[in-house]
Amino acid sequence: MSISWFLVVSALMFALGAIGVLVRRNPLVVLLCLELMLNAGNLALIGFSRMWGDGGGQIFAIVVMVVAACEVAIGLGIVVALYRRRLPIDVDELRELAG
Amino acid sequence: MEFFFFLFAIVALAGAVGVVVLRNPFYCVLALVVHLIALALLFLLLEAQFVAAAQIVVYAGAVMVLYVFVVAYVGGGDRPTLLWRAGARQRALAIAFGLVVFVELAIALLGTGLQALDTHGAKLSADYGSPGQIGKLLLQDYLLPFELASMLLLIAAIGAVALVGRRGGLPADEEALAEITPDRTLVDPARPAATGTMAEAVAGYGITTPMPDPQTDGRTLREEHS
Repeated sequence: MSISWFLVVSALMFALGAIGVLVRRNPLVVLLCLELMLNAGNLALIGFSRMWGDGGGQIFAIVVMVVAACEVAIGLGIVVALYRRRLPIDVDELRELAG
Repeated sequence: MEFFFFLFAIVALAGAVGVVVLRNPFYCVLALVVHLIALALLFLLLEAQFVAAAQIVVYAGAVMVLYVFVVAYVGGGDRPTLLWRAGARQRALAIAFGLVVFVELAIALLGTGLQALDTHGAKLSADYGSPGQIGKLLLQDYLLPFELASMLLLIAAIGAVALVGRRGGLPADEEALAEITPDRTLVDPARPAATGTMAEAVAGYGITTPMPDPQTDGRTLREEHS
């Protein structure tokens, strides 16, 4: 398979993730869609790494995975804190994160 | 090779569609697990064995377990999502935006004129993508990003604990709680009732029954015995 096929799949995944972030209202699902976008980036990075035959792109992908793990930890922490405060779990009604 | 590529790509895209479309957040998480496993197999097709293994262990394993726990805790199951609600204009806008993003990305990725895009990639060394090569790269060429990433993980872990910790996360509506249960006895004065103190959990005190005074109870008990 030529590399461009992988890049097309990656672009499709990214677009799907973007649609999900815009359309869904549950912050948990919004985080899941962010994961989709990050993974699309990972696929493109690894495709380019394969294209050049250089391992640097894979290191990039691993760093992206670390960043995604951090984002998940903080995002889910915020969701749990919202739940504890009995705030609605809905991104349309949560207009501010202050206090 | 072609067959496996299309199989895994279709499964990955179906998982992605499932994440966006499914109503129940729990099913969304499961769809993402399917997606991540198919994506790891795509990584294998690109000869990135170590990243594929890390993807399955870290993502499909650890991160998704965290998601499952939080979804089970928070629930929020069948709230209507925008996909099925009246906001058709916003939905159409979002889908149009997604299409625009896809077209733009496709142009940007495929229109670069990179000759190698249409090949199978460069000739690979024997240890490409192996844990040995990744380890060498991480600890020699990319040591600073590696250490920064570990610092970021540490900061995120501390931040998550600080966010979720009970003492920092008291509900703001203390007065509303007091209205519902005027006769409750606070076990811990710094903490409102029904936020999970040990005594409430053990004895069921807090919201409905006021806590008996342990001193007077003990005294009557002793008097009865003597």
